[in-house]
Amino acid sequence: MPRLKEKIIVTGLASAAIVTILTTIGIIWVLLSQTIEFFSDVSLFDFLTDTQWTPLFADKHFGILPLVAGTFLTTFIAILVALPIGLTIAVYLNEYAPKSFRKIVKPLLEILAAVPTVVYGFFALAVITPFLQMLIPGMAGFNALSAGIVMGIMIIPLITSLSEDALFAVPMSLREASYGMGSTRLQTAFKVMVPAASSGIIVSVILGISRAIGETMIVAIAAGQQPRLTLNPLVPIETITTYIVQVSTGDVAHGSLEYRTIFAAGMALFVFTFILNNISYWVKKKFQEKYE
Amino acid sequence: MDKLEAKNVNVFYGLNKVINDVSISIKPNSVTAFIGPSGCGKSTFLRLFNRMNDYIDIFKMEGKVEIDGKNIYDKAIRVEELRKKVGMVFQKPNPFPKTIYENIVYGLRIQGIKDKNILDETVEKSLKQAALWEEVKDKLKNSALALSGGQQQRLCIARTLAVEPTVILMDEPASALDPISSAKVEELIYELKNNYTIVIVTHNMQQAARVSDTTAFFYMGELIEHDSTKIIFTNPKNERTQNYVTGRFG
Repeated sequence: MPRLKEKIIVTGLASAAIVTILTTIGIIWVLLSQTIEFFSDVSLFDFLTDTQWTPLFADKHFGILPLVAGTFLTTFIAILVALPIGLTIAVYLNEYAPKSFRKIVKPLLEILAAVPTVVYGFFALAVITPFLQMLIPGMAGFNALSAGIVMGIMIIPLITSLSEDALFAVPMSLREASYGMGSTRLQTAFKVMVPAASSGIIVSVILGISRAIGETMIVAIAAGQQPRLTLNPLVPIETITTYIVQVSTGDVAHGSLEYRTIFAAGMALFVFTFILNNISYWVKKKFQEKYE
Repeated sequence: MDKLEAKNVNVFYGLNKVINDVSISIKPNSVTAFIGPSGCGKSTFLRLFNRMNDYIDIFKMEGKVEIDGKNIYDKAIRVEELRKKVGMVFQKPNPFPKTIYENIVYGLRIQGIKDKNILDETVEKSLKQAALWEEVKDKLKNSALALSGGQQQRLCIARTLAVEPTVILMDEPASALDPISSAKVEELIYELKNNYTIVIVTHNMQQAARVSDTTAFFYMGELIEHDSTKIIFTNPKNERTQNYVTGRFG
């Protein structure tokens, strides 16, 4: 009965695919239902405008802004580190590096991407922070700056790899056209290749931001756990992810309002990354130059 | 004096000898066609004149290539300066993903020219020279990629002219175009001859016969025969040339 056998196999494959869909739906359902319950106690207006986040204290405030500020501060620092370095590496590998060098550096970068984030977090706390404290006296032991810098280092391979793919996809003929008119390698790289690959580079940055927003371990270890509405990178802050860790691992009673705050925070996080991933998809589709 | 001159040139890709002892002289303000079967080395040889082979890791060259009597492979030559004097048009139209205007002024911008009057003038002059001005003068700020293939190729020629070269190398410039666009490019080559020295690689015998003053036939890395186009196509001295131009092989 070969037909029956085939049917069983197809059904098996289809159910494997359905599992992922159901999982996604399940996660969104849990997030959504708990978030809705949360908002039956706390008004959405307070959630979005209150400048304090103190759900675990007696005087409770439920303003997500301090967590959002912490998240965007560390993310901003991370991109500030990762974009120039990552793009420079990508340009160097694609435009200058001899093949042999490329063969060594690419796997090395992948190792950088494979380092567990807890190691990065420890590195931030034990190496970068003491180093920065020598340069900036008065900097707190936990701060957004060193967490952001290390997060940037973590994102470099992502930016490099995606930007390099984008540069590599630019046809050789454009490079030849540029050289043919007397451009130097540097002019060719930054006036022709990078602009021609810009949609791919933008996508790499957006995915990098998305990654940084969702990053947990580094900020949990090195950035401190004090929700604070500030753009000062030298003091302890708390990100959305860190708050979720803090509550999940603490002794907050299940089903309580305090417990539901992590779902509201999780929902905010989900919305951010969902929007960013969609923007990157849209940029890719809309702005990618079509080469034959 | 001859504009271009190659003396006993050998080219190797790794251990492979792809150009074997080629010498040739090309007069100023003339069109020279390089013909020959695929893989005969004519494109490689063409690219020697603007040192476009330099980026190939395994490329090695022996002999002398001179422009206006100067050896362009001399250590004192800056390759960027050389390429401003020796423009190139490629097989497939390769405009930058920028506006028509920005494509034309690219060569000036990289030289640091910012004066808007100079840029505007150059755009108009180059596009007129390339017989494209009337078609695009109202859409200079549009993307060059929106032009047709034939227009793109004339844009690439205009872009090359904008840096005011004295030599233009063309590597099968019309092979990717439809017959009408191809005819326009040919007309253009004929016009440009008055002011430039043009070398064109082509697979199209009729094209070579129509546009060129002299024709060089390459075969297996060697220059078999170089003579006036009329002689090459009607009364070549070498039997292999005769066979090729009459379509008996290739």
